[in-house]
Amino acid sequence: MQHCPSTVPTRIKPATLLFLLGLLTLICASFYSLALQWSELFTADAARSSIEFLRGFAAPELAWPFLIKVAQGTLETLSMSALGTGIASICGLTLALPASGRFGPAARLAMRLILNILRSIPELIWALILLIAAGLGPFAGTLALAVHTTGVLGRLFADALENMPPAPEVILRINGAKPMAAFFYAALPQILPQLMSYTLYRWENNIRAAAILGIIGAGGLGQMLKYHLSLFQMQQAASVIIAMLVLISLVDGTSFWLRRRLTSQ
Amino acid sequence: MSFVLSGLSVRHASVVRNNSLALIDINLSIKQGEQIALIGPSGAGKTTLLHALACAHQPEPGGKFSVFGLQPWAMQPAARHALRGRLFLAPQTPPLPPRQRVVTAVLAGCLPQWGFWHAIISLIKPREPEVAYAALARFNLQDKLYARVDRLSGGERQRCGMARLLVSQADALLVDEPLSALDPTLALQTLAVVQLEAASRNATLVCSLHQVELALSHFPRIVGLSDGRIVFDAPRNEVSETMLAALYRNTPPTQHPESIDPEDTCRPGPSPC
Amino acid sequence: MSIVVNTAVSRYPDPAWRGRITASLIALIVLWPLLIASEFKPWILLDAQSLGATRHFLASFFPPAHSKDFLVLLMQDTWQTIAIATAGLTLALLSAIPLTLLATESLSISRLESGRMRLASAVVRQVVRWLLVLLRSVPELVWALLLVRILGLGPTAGVLAIALTYSGMLGKVYAEILESSEAHATQSLLKNGSGRLAALFYGALPASASELVSYTTFRWECAIRGSVVMGFVGAGGIGQRMDESMKMLAGGEVSTMLIVFVLLVACADLISTFLRKRLG
Repeated sequence: MQHCPSTVPTRIKPATLLFLLGLLTLICASFYSLALQWSELFTADAARSSIEFLRGFAAPELAWPFLIKVAQGTLETLSMSALGTGIASICGLTLALPASGRFGPAARLAMRLILNILRSIPELIWALILLIAAGLGPFAGTLALAVHTTGVLGRLFADALENMPPAPEVILRINGAKPMAAFFYAALPQILPQLMSYTLYRWENNIRAAAILGIIGAGGLGQMLKYHLSLFQMQQAASVIIAMLVLISLVDGTSFWLRRRLTSQ
Repeated sequence: MSFVLSGLSVRHASVVRNNSLALIDINLSIKQGEQIALIGPSGAGKTTLLHALACAHQPEPGGKFSVFGLQPWAMQPAARHALRGRLFLAPQTPPLPPRQRVVTAVLAGCLPQWGFWHAIISLIKPREPEVAYAALARFNLQDKLYARVDRLSGGERQRCGMARLLVSQADALLVDEPLSALDPTLALQTLAVVQLEAASRNATLVCSLHQVELALSHFPRIVGLSDGRIVFDAPRNEVSETMLAALYRNTPPTQHPESIDPEDTCRPGPSPC
Repeated sequence: MSIVVNTAVSRYPDPAWRGRITASLIALIVLWPLLIASEFKPWILLDAQSLGATRHFLASFFPPAHSKDFLVLLMQDTWQTIAIATAGLTLALLSAIPLTLLATESLSISRLESGRMRLASAVVRQVVRWLLVLLRSVPELVWALLLVRILGLGPTAGVLAIALTYSGMLGKVYAEILESSEAHATQSLLKNGSGRLAALFYGALPASASELVSYTTFRWECAIRGSVVMGFVGAGGIGQRMDESMKMLAGGEVSTMLIVFVLLVACADLISTFLRKRLG
């Protein structure tokens, strides 16, 4: 290299080297212990069966009655994701208040622990647990999305609250405003754009999650996919997958447009 | 009496500065309706004194501090907070959320008087926009009523903070450097509005100023502060050139006001160049 | 956005009020079908029968299962889950890097020469982008469902599913990070005749290493959650065990597994914080 860039080449520290070695070991151990069946993947036989499998998808089912069912499933999935995200944004903001240390350090620690637990358990497992309380159907899925997303958003919101400039709120409190009023007049307007953009990001995530929640019986497109795949009705399954893709890209587009509008103003 | 301070000391708010004293042995009594200018070099403790008067900093034990005949630091927190509603502190650069609308930012001055739901409803649709309009009109800002705060210039923002002072119903106005972002003409007008308002509702006005001439020409009583101590406390006709020279001994009095951090109360260094 | 208020008007109408009312009305109109479609009936949670079932199930959470046999099995499953996530993410990385190189505009050589990209490379770039979109738009569980049909039950389907989805995600985000990083160093390297790989390693990479690594660890954490979920369609690991325990309503086993999840994600968090401190 004759033209060295201005960045100084970093010397590798022993700790970094150790970490890289550990990472390499983890990767090797993963591949070794899983005993992946590559051979089955790359034989002529496997190729033939995959092609046959894929050919089964050809000509997705387009009959009107089926399309209407798909549209219903799409609406169900969309509602699950939107409502789940909406509920989570409200609950997340409520829980972010204690999690940002507004009610003392003990409450902050306890609430952060709770948020971490909500966040660590995937939506699908929340849905499994909630199926017992809410019964089969999209409502359990909505709740599951809301619970998991509350954990994610609560933590992000709490961080946003902790990192914003405190002065506007402090001065209102000094001048005698009550804590809640000062929060709504000074803290919330400062972080609101950030909160909305986090929420929209999560919505993009949740539309994907909502699409698959049905696989364990929580309604929507996932349930249809599981049903038709288990009956080997590949053409119907293909339509459902296409509907998923369209829905996901529509939500992605809407969210992108909304986020750009939020930041440009 | 609106304020009585005797033997009062206050520590620096931040721990970074070795927790040293920002104000030492302050004796000051201010009658209701009096108008006082606080002058002194930067770092003298003017901001800290205003914060102490606003019950924002708890003073060191030992001194006496009373507001409207009450002793705030001996009261229950809720009662003390209610007392804060009768005091209004206007900081040098009004910290306003950038995306808030001017009308909301101004009406926030009414929050101590408003109930919670009234405040929330006003966020959705401003209640009493005419109050905010009237306050802004006195600073020639009425056409910014529904503009967003981040569209205002520095001087407009400062006057927006003053408009918040006008809508508050406080009995004592504590104003920190109200003119730092304003040109001389606007500075005169703004100061006149604030003084007139204080006089018309018989509110006490304590105003820290960098412009010594303005302080001398507009305020009947001048308090000189240096190194956390009161150097003099006199009617304006008794303030002499020598007293002023002694007050600003370490720093040139023509220091640029914009370069001063409102929270910065450390000792002045050598003159900036 | 200065709004001139007519001084003659005694009331000062809020110019945003009509917009707010309209937006709220539209939101309400949209909300209604959403509530219907998702069968939003919170009161069924308070129904005596479902409350009883919930209480019964939650009561069986305590104490968490801790027999030695179960713990050993759980350890194996946990390792398998981590291994599926790690192997899948490694494969995703291996395929995402070449795709990123193709998709990143600031690494284009042809654009440098004429100010515009050559038609062929523009086409390739667009095709790669669409491929990335397709890969990441299909949720990993759907990939897994399909792959299980081809490859049979077992971890291979899980690894491939993660590899496919995450190569799309990593490719897109890597390209975004590299493009938003300072283009100057990269451009000057390319102008001086260095190859694309050299430009990447000496120009764009050092500038955005921290962001790239922190995004990758974040995705690793997501991949762990994803590989748990894929157990439900028969790709092995802790998810499969969870499915079985749930079907038997063995609350104690479920609660042990929930604790393992929380610990796993906390570990991933710790590693990510450690890395960010090291690189930041």
